[in-house]
Parts: sequence; structure tokens; C-alpha cells
Amino acid sequence: MASEPKEKAKISVRDLTMAFGSFVVMKDLDFEVKERDIFVIMGGSGCGKSTLLRHMIGLKEPRKGAILYEGKNFTEANEEERLAFIRRFGVMYQSGALWSSMTLAENISMPIEEHTQISKAEIRDLAYYKLALVGLSGYEDYYPAQVSGGMNKRAGIARAMALDPEILFLDEPGAGLDPLSSQRLDELILRLRDSLGSTFVIVTHELASIFAIANNSVFLDTDTRTQGATGDPKSLRDHSENETVRMFLNRGETPEDEESA
Amino acid sequence: MLDTQGLAVCRPPGLFFSELMSHAQGEPPKAIWKKDGARLVLVLSGDWLRGGEARVVEGEEGWPDGFETEGLGKFDSTLPAYLMQRLRAVEVEEPGLEGLPENLRGLMELALKVPERSDAKSLDEDPHGLKLLGIRLTATWKAVESVLEFTGETVLSLGRFFTGRARFRGSDFWLTLQECGINALPIVSLISFLVGMILAFVGNVQLANFGASLYVADLVGIAMVREMGVVMTGIIMSGRTGAAFAAHIGSMNANQEIDALKTFGFNPFDFLVLPRLFALVLMMPVLTVYSNVVGILGGMLVGAAVGIPPALFLTEMLTAIDITSSSLGVFKSVFFGVAIAIAGCLQGMKSGDSSAAVGLATTRAVVASITAIVVLDSAFAVIFTILDI
Ligand SMILES: Nc1ncnc2c1ncn2[C@@H]1O[C@H](COP(=O)(O)OP(=O)(O)OP(=O)(O)O)[C@@H](O)[C@H]1O
Ligand SMILES: [Mg+2]
Repeated sequence: MASEPKEKAKISVRDLTMAFGSFVVMKDLDFEVKERDIFVIMGGSGCGKSTLLRHMIGLKEPRKGAILYEGKNFTEANEEERLAFIRRFGVMYQSGALWSSMTLAENISMPIEEHTQISKAEIRDLAYYKLALVGLSGYEDYYPAQVSGGMNKRAGIARAMALDPEILFLDEPGAGLDPLSSQRLDELILRLRDSLGSTFVIVTHELASIFAIANNSVFLDTDTRTQGATGDPKSLRDHSENETVRMFLNRGETPEDEESA
Repeated sequence: MLDTQGLAVCRPPGLFFSELMSHAQGEPPKAIWKKDGARLVLVLSGDWLRGGEARVVEGEEGWPDGFETEGLGKFDSTLPAYLMQRLRAVEVEEPGLEGLPENLRGLMELALKVPERSDAKSLDEDPHGLKLLGIRLTATWKAVESVLEFTGETVLSLGRFFTGRARFRGSDFWLTLQECGINALPIVSLISFLVGMILAFVGNVQLANFGASLYVADLVGIAMVREMGVVMTGIIMSGRTGAAFAAHIGSMNANQEIDALKTFGFNPFDFLVLPRLFALVLMMPVLTVYSNVVGILGGMLVGAAVGIPPALFLTEMLTAIDITSSSLGVFKSVFFGVAIAIAGCLQGMKSGDSSAAVGLATTRAVVASITAIVVLDSAFAVIFTILDI
């Protein structure tokens, strides 16, 4: 790993309970994301990873507990303070969620137009560059419906990066990508962290990618409805006290030789 | 016929659908519960196949301590489905599966591995009686509340717009303007022309009895400019544009596009509702005037057919309508435009996140805006009568 993350809490999730009506998705979540972390949220399908992400970006209110950014309470902030926080985020949704009535380039330009004062030509150059980063050069004028699912997803990542945000939230960026694109994506994440100092919060199941890039994580346990463990996924794989976590990180096989890590 | 190659059953491994059908007449499937001392044994026999013979069940109780499967023939998913149904009925902690054939046991273990989401059941509970009434009342109140809230939001949003703080894409506005302006002309022309003709026909049948056919011109003129032009335009725009607003915004909601707007710091309300509201409120009066003119032309055509020359028709009509009465329809059209835009956008914004929910939102938008048009029109009729205009 290129550089040591600083020991400063960027995001703190405090005693969080998430619920839909009477159905409690997860309770007592409590963890920290440090600055420049590549933080993954892991867990079985349907355990509440996307829901946790929606709480962290303020699209859903916690039933209990709070989310703090750099020690400031985001959950209790008023509308204006929240907007100020949100400007520092970039979000990629599980479905891509590109604006379907705009081309890929327009999707990326729109947030830049809204939040900066630069010229049209510069905005276009930025949009083209971001699309090239995710391997979509030449597709600038396509509409989301005209490109494949994986391409939608990559364009969604490009849009999330549009404003060079401090914190990037990516919901399953690797799902639906072929192994090579997936590897390129890992490389892109690492490079962005190192060059811009961004913090990443990523939902993913892909073990290869988790071990390649993540230095911190939280595991959501479906059985106990709370977090199973938090910490570096590599050490969780080998030393976690929670058996479900070890099983998950070892694809259900118990590790024989602990040296291989 | 089905592609049978893909449809394998558990035992023997190579059994396909065609074979399966021919075996369906074999032994009937049997499940016999037997007491073997203190032990409860379930004896399974026969062929458990979909579409096979009716199953024979005897002495069904609880969950067995063991299974006997010597007589068991072929089976497909019917057998594990039956066992799962037993388990749901009796709810045992750790059901024993001893004595089941290896592959069946494996499938059962897989099916039992992930425990059922237990607190999900409250969602499916069927309310009735007073509870249902309560739920309905709350839902109705919520709907009223959401209309009020949405109208309030609209006012706030307008405030932001006029202080220069609201953002939306100009191209969104122009596209909507085109969509609810020029693109609506053909249908508005057709309907208005026909309505004008119908009015003239119906009027002529009665008036001709008194030899007063000429007054058809007054009738068509007054009816078109006061009521029919604006109401017909409103109804067309509800079905055309209000529905389109609801469907478009609703599917953006389902695809998380609205969430994406929020997290990029756009106010979805300013961004989506304002351009649509402005476009419709601008176009409704224009379309209404157009509809009035086309309707009167339709009346004139019928008039010519029953012997009223167009020039005479026009002079007669102009004695009946003046500037005040002809501006009433246009005045109302602004309110109708607001109602249609709000109904469409509101239903879209609060639509659920499935394709069925988008369909429902569209239906609701059309019903709500047509109802609003008729209710508003009645209210205006009362007001205008009181004011004597
Ligand atoms: N709008 C909703 N209303 C009620 N329950 C919901 C809603 N959205 C999600 N859930 C429930 O919350 C739980 C978590 O959903 P979520 O989408 O967060 O899962 P996930 O961990 O992201 O799964 P996946 O890996 O499949 O994307 C699920 O059990 C789901 O049924
Ligand atoms: Mg998810």
C-alpha cells in the first residue's frame, strides 16, 4: 500500500440503528472511517449495505444514533449545513442512476456547471477526461439507455468523481464488470486516493478487490443484525474472533495455513 | 412444447420432462406417518412428480424423528416443497432429516440454511374492520397533507426562483414547452373542432324548432369561450402532459436519479417541478385561445351546412360574447395548468420504486387532475354567477 493513512476520523458512525417501519435492518453499528481510508462495507446480500450507505449520505434518517463528519454531527445538521457536507461527497448508486435524459458527458458536466465557475470548454474537457478514466472514451454523446449495464456503472463512477470529492461512496462498483475492467477500477481507486487524498467508502463482495485495495472495513452480520467486525480485512480474514467474518473472507473455507497472507 | 433439456429432476439424474410425463402414471405419491414405539416415522413412497397422481397423506402430525424411503420412486421439487410446507406448519427448531436419500437431504439442508426473516410477517397481515377503516382514513389524510405540503413547496420554490436561487436546466423547460405546446396542437385541434360541431348540431336541433337557427352562433360562441374550450384543453393536457410528468418523474425516482440529484446538491423540486409548472402555465392559455378559435370554426362549418353563412354567423356570435366573457376561459386555464402540473409532479415525486408504482402514479395523476379541473370549474361557475359575469 502506497501511503499510511493518517489517524484522523473522517466519518464516525455512532450507535446507528437502521429500520424500515417495524423491520430493523441493523442495530448498534459503531465504526470509524479514517482520512484517506479505502473502507469497504461487506456482508451478505440483503443485509443492509446499500441502506447503510444511504444513511451515511443523508438520504435516510437513522432510527437511532448519528453520523459524524470530522467530528461534526451530520444527522442533526440543518439543511444548509447538510448541503455543505454533501458538496464534498461523490456518490455512485448501485443501479448507476445516471440521469436518463442526458448524455454521458452531460451527466458529468451538470454537477460541475452547478458548483464551479469554469468555462464551457473546460467543463467539456473535464467530462471527457473523467469518462476516459473509466474507459469510456468515445461514448460521450451516448445516452445511458444506449450503453450496457457495466458501462452505465462506470459512467456512474465517473460522475461520482466529477467534482474531485473528498469522500467517494461507491455501491458495488465492481459488480457486472469483467475481471480486467474490475482490476482497472481498483487501480483507479488507489491512484485517486494517492493523488487527491480522497477517502473511499465502498460496498463490495469481491474478495480479490477487497484484499487488493481496502485497508479498513466493517462486516454486517445478517444473523445477529449488527456489525460482526471492523478493521483491516486482511487481518480480519486471519484473526477475527467472529467465525462468520472469517468464513466470509475465506469463501466459506477455514484457512489452513495462516502464513500465505 | 417446452425445451425439455434443461429440466432435470433429482433422481435418476438423467430424467427429462418427456420421460417424466410418461412416468407420471406410476405409483401414487404417499406420505404415511407411523408410530414406531416412541418414534414417529414418515414413510415416503411412490413417484412424487409434478402433474402426477393425487398424493395420499395419512396420519400427518408434527415432524417425524426419521424417514423410511425404500418405496420412494422418482421425485422432483414436489417432495421437498411438501416437506418445507410441513416445516412451516409445525415450526421445529432443528428438524432431523435422517433417512432421507442423500440428494434430497442436501437440497433440504440448503433450503433450511438461511432462516426465514421472521419479523417480515407483520407486513403481510390482512387488516380488517375498524383497523382497515383507520388505515384508510389515515391514508386519505396523508394524501390531503401531501397535496398541501407540495403546494407549499411549490410556493417556496417559486420564491427561490424569483430571488435567483433556484436551478433547473433551460433545455428541460424548452423541451416541456414544446411537448405541451406545439406537439399538443393536433389533438387539441381535432377535439375542439369536433366539440364545436357537436355544440352546433345539438343547438340547431332545438333552435330550429323555434325558427331561431341563427342563435346557434351565440350558443357555440358562449359555450366554447366560457367552458368547453378550456375544459377540453384541460382534460387533454391531463391525459397527455400530466400523465407524462408523473411517469417521467416517477421512473426517475425508481432509478434513484432523484437521489443522485440530491447528493449533487440540486433541489429536485426546483429542478424537476419548476420547468414543468412554468411550461404548462404558459401554454394552457395559448392552447385555450386556440381551442376556442378552432371550436368556433367547427360550429361555423355546421352553421354553413344548415344555412347560416359564415359572415352572418360571425357577426351574430360577436354580439353575444365580449372581451370579459371571452377572457373567462383563459383566466381559468391558468389555474387548470397549475392543477395539472402539481398533480402530475406530486404523484411522480412520491411514486414508489417499482414499475408498477410508476403506472399507479400515472393513473393517480390523471384522475386527480381531471377531478381538480371539474371541481375548480364548478367553483368558478359559482363565483362568476355571484359576480354576475
Ligand atoms: N424501501 C424499503 N422498504 C422496506 N424494506 C426495505 C426497503 N429497502 C430495503 N429494504 C430491506 O432492507 C434490507 C437491506 O437492503 P439493502 O438494499 O440495504 O441490502 P444490500 O445489503 O445492499 O443487498 P445487496 O448486496 O443485494 O445489494 C433488505 O432486507 C430489504 O428487504
Ligand atoms: Mg445493495
